[in-house]
Amino acid sequence: MAINWFKYSSPASFYVLAGKMIPLFSIAATILFAVGLYIGFFVAPTDFQQGEAYRIIFIHVPAAWMSMFLYVMMAVWAGIGLAFNTRLSSMMATAIAPTGAMFTFLALWTGAIWGKPMWGTWWVWDARLTSELILLFLYIGFMSLQAAIDDPRRADKAGAVIALVGVVNIPIIYFSVKWWNTLHQGATVSVTSSPKMAATMLTGMLIMSIACWMYAIAVILIRTQTIILERERHTSWVSELKGVSS
Amino acid sequence: MSLWVIQRDLLLAMRRRSDVLTTLFFFIIVVSLFPLGVGPEMNMLRTMAPGVVWVAALLASMLSLGRMFSSDYLDGTLEQMLISPQSLSMLVLGKAMAHWLVTGVPLVLMSPVLGIQYDLSTDALLILTASLLLGTPVLSLIGAIGAALTLGLRGGGVLVSLLVLPLYIPVLIFGAGAVEASTAGLGAGAHLSLLGAFLLASLVLSPWATAVSLRISME
Repeated sequence: MAINWFKYSSPASFYVLAGKMIPLFSIAATILFAVGLYIGFFVAPTDFQQGEAYRIIFIHVPAAWMSMFLYVMMAVWAGIGLAFNTRLSSMMATAIAPTGAMFTFLALWTGAIWGKPMWGTWWVWDARLTSELILLFLYIGFMSLQAAIDDPRRADKAGAVIALVGVVNIPIIYFSVKWWNTLHQGATVSVTSSPKMAATMLTGMLIMSIACWMYAIAVILIRTQTIILERERHTSWVSELKGVSS
Repeated sequence: MSLWVIQRDLLLAMRRRSDVLTTLFFFIIVVSLFPLGVGPEMNMLRTMAPGVVWVAALLASMLSLGRMFSSDYLDGTLEQMLISPQSLSMLVLGKAMAHWLVTGVPLVLMSPVLGIQYDLSTDALLILTASLLLGTPVLSLIGAIGAALTLGLRGGGVLVSLLVLPLYIPVLIFGAGAVEASTAGLGAGAHLSLLGAFLLASLVLSPWATAVSLRISME
């Protein structure tokens, strides 16, 4: 049986699909956040070097991962929208940007709170911190460019170009701790080698990461739904929706 | 084809010389403001000099970006360029190069004089000039993308800085870093090679991205 992959590239049918998926991801996010935070605060042992302050990694590391993944996702969707002229992919890219910016800010903020007791300073001009800050600027640039353009089609395409140009920053952030041997420690978790941390800490961090994914997907879907309604408000299928009065 | 555009843009710039001079004087004034702001301590100024000159070059190059396409956009020349059978990327490359010749080259020529104000050694002056020579074309090329994307938008001038300045940061880091590395005795070779790599990469990719952006903006 051939599956029609393009069915859900139509905003109208995706709106319904998103409506079904949002509760699932929201519930998953709530449960995983509860479990992850419980492990983070009560189960994971105290670090012998860093004391209790290390516990901020349970939100810092997932937030930093998300900030990079979401930028790549945003650039990919924007690129697909630019190349194939699909409306929905561009809407997804627009919906991802604020969540990505939020995670970038969260990674910087929690990093600063962690840095004060550990490094004795809120901020250092270290390669990874600086490139993460540039990432925040890129998100802000993307959002303000789209906000400044009235025509949504032009906004989508212009945003796509700037998102794709900015994607060069992602490998720089990711490898910055390897290329420049600066204050920010190297990656503790990697796919190729066994993790250099206690198993419970790792479990907690991975659960928190999945929770962040679920949260991000839920929020992005809600925002996509809103964007779809906003842009399609003159169509007949929107006026036939229950609970939406125009 | 690019040469024709360069020639034309240079001719237009020469007819309105004040525009060129404004950018240059902006650069000189910004660099001269720093000693007044932070005090005339020579040791501090010497360590600050490369960063200050580079930041001023970044701002000067960025402020003149608006002129790259806007006058052609207003009088319809840009539309003719878009529908012409010539490759738009080559035309755009010509425009970016003309922008560099008009705004970048004067800054490069002026920078040794400003470096002397900051009491830089001869070696440091040479490296500073070399880094600006390699870096300022990158600024024009990257800036062209921002200028094309914000063409005809309200508040385009502020917006272009938000788009372009984050992308300028690597050039700033390695440009100013080259001088610092050579003063520290490490040699500026690595930094200058990276700047050269940025130049080559942006020379290939930026005209293409700018051409795409222009088509989006002119639709």
